[in-house]
Amino acid sequence: MDKMPKWADVVLIPLISLILATILSALVILAIGEDPIEAVNLMVTGALGSTYGWGYTLYYATNFIFTGLAVAVAFHARLFNIGGEGQAMLGGLGVAIVCLSVQWPHWTIALLAASAAAMVFGAAWAAIPAYLQAKRGSHIVITTIMFNFIAAALLNYMLVNIMRPQGSQDPATARFPEAVHLPTFQSMFSTAENVMFRGAPANVTFFIALLACVVVWALIWRTRLGYEIRAYGKTETGAVYAGISPVRITIIAMLISGALAGLMAINNVMGEAERLVLNSTEGAGFIGIAVALMGRSHPFGVLLAALLFGFLYQGGAELALWTSIPRELIVVIQALVILFTGALDNMVRMPLEKLFLGMRQGAK
Amino acid sequence: MEFFVTLVQVLDSTIRLATPLLLACLAGLYSERAGIFDIGLEGKMLMAAFFSAGVAAVTGSVWLGLLAGIAASLLLSGLHGLASITFRGNQLISGVAINFLASGLTVLIAQSWFQQGGRTPSLFGEGRFEPIEFPFAEALSGVPILGPIYAELISGHSILVYVAFLMVPATWWILYRTRFGLRLRAVGENPAAVDTAGVSVVGLRFAAVAICGILCGIAGAYLATALQAGFVKEMTAGRGFIALAALIFAKWRPWHAMWACLLFGLLQAIALRFQNIDLGGVVIPVQVMDALPYILTVVILAGFVGKAIPPRAGGEPYVKER
Repeated sequence: MDKMPKWADVVLIPLISLILATILSALVILAIGEDPIEAVNLMVTGALGSTYGWGYTLYYATNFIFTGLAVAVAFHARLFNIGGEGQAMLGGLGVAIVCLSVQWPHWTIALLAASAAAMVFGAAWAAIPAYLQAKRGSHIVITTIMFNFIAAALLNYMLVNIMRPQGSQDPATARFPEAVHLPTFQSMFSTAENVMFRGAPANVTFFIALLACVVVWALIWRTRLGYEIRAYGKTETGAVYAGISPVRITIIAMLISGALAGLMAINNVMGEAERLVLNSTEGAGFIGIAVALMGRSHPFGVLLAALLFGFLYQGGAELALWTSIPRELIVVIQALVILFTGALDNMVRMPLEKLFLGMRQGAK
Repeated sequence: MEFFVTLVQVLDSTIRLATPLLLACLAGLYSERAGIFDIGLEGKMLMAAFFSAGVAAVTGSVWLGLLAGIAASLLLSGLHGLASITFRGNQLISGVAINFLASGLTVLIAQSWFQQGGRTPSLFGEGRFEPIEFPFAEALSGVPILGPIYAELISGHSILVYVAFLMVPATWWILYRTRFGLRLRAVGENPAAVDTAGVSVVGLRFAAVAICGILCGIAGAYLATALQAGFVKEMTAGRGFIALAALIFAKWRPWHAMWACLLFGLLQAIALRFQNIDLGGVVIPVQVMDALPYILTVVILAGFVGKAIPPRAGGEPYVKER
């Protein structure tokens, strides 16, 4: 018998964690001498008050959906992929190579090729830690952290020494040609008299992110492979007894995870920057951890959490613009969310479980 | 001779750069030997760096700064202990949270205190740890070979450098020659046995996490008040993770930790001084030097060059009633 109903586990615990994180964030804002209510107002108008704000919120959310799904798939196999950042960087490299090396006739074909490249590069970067975990027992958390740093050094080398156009001082690739520019929300939704999403970076990739949510949901809950991944994550010995190979599941789960993280690059590299720059991922790989934890590793939860973090990112940028609160407030909120939904999960869960047990006994 | 002068300068800078790594690495050693994984070394160092520089800038006393740094780092250690020991949460996730907390809070508080875009004012005079000149260093520096080694390498560092290197034999002694050390190592391998012997697992683990906090505090204070003069945003720049790498490289042993940190410090010193290295036609780009500590650690972890086996109970919360 479960200690508490499923809805409490899925809805109540993340909600309480979020409220705790919000209260602490409000205290932080008070402590640095600003008004939390005013701050929330600014964030809401800045992120949701105009189609421009929405355009940014959805752009950030798209990044976080991909990285959140990446972490979530690995979580299902009880693997902690902290290397989403490096995998997304490598995905960017794949996108840049594809976009710059071929004359693409139309953006749709380029998008397909770039997506494939981003997934292959991201998966390849996850493959070595996956292999080492599966075959040699090297701790995946440590190896993926190391691979984040190695990816940063590799990208730095590629941009400074190889891919930088001649005569340019900037460590970045050349601009991608016009033909591979993805349609933005502005060009998709604006009418002749009414311009929507003006100048905002949200683009067609958002719909690919939604599609990715559906595909991951189907994969995890509707396929044999998904079943094997979940079984392995729940109990390794049980899975082995059922004939599931730990090596195979570890490697496949990490390849899928890496591919999803890499896929983020079609949004930030191909859709927004339209060239590859240093630090193009801007920490989105790490936000994936918070998103997956908060979304309880379910694609729908990930989508909601990604939208929330997209709102926080755009709202935080507006806050930094109009008040003296720096953007780093968002990093603090992100830390608190990870802390409460991840590490201090039991602190929220234990009293709740007691409460529900007490209620059930009272009803008898 | 010119080569020798360069060599001494590079080694001198190696010692300076290895010091924060060594302190953080030993910090991690205590924690992980007691069975608490800590990937939050980076965050604790960063927090300590800010509070030491901030308090030193306000009060003008570097010693008060050091205390504030240690206190800030201890606070984060307490949080890590609360999450991973008391509430039996995931130690890795807690570490990630602590890193982000430090990275955000330092800039937020720095901006609120000093309004200088997330940095502290530059420290000078009493606000910094000054180098200590050993006796006769000046007089002996003319002696060939040994003179510069004594004057540059051994003398002329701040007190925290000597503290860091003295911590190596101290840690060895504590771990392998005291009752506390034996219990600490045991609690990382088999906490149930320690519990059966009537020793508190929770108490020991909290003690280890607290030592880790103190050492990370010193490491952060060294960064902001000795190596550099003041705090800047993200100034730890991945050192906590290099220290973690060194810890694995050293297979969780104190003396080896020192050599690993010196090796990684040397790599940093070379990267700082030479940028791209030309080895007879083959150019080693600076990025290879940046990535080398991490690549070496992965190789070690892969077990191709001797296997790195972590403490057996590492990462597992201890549940008494089972």
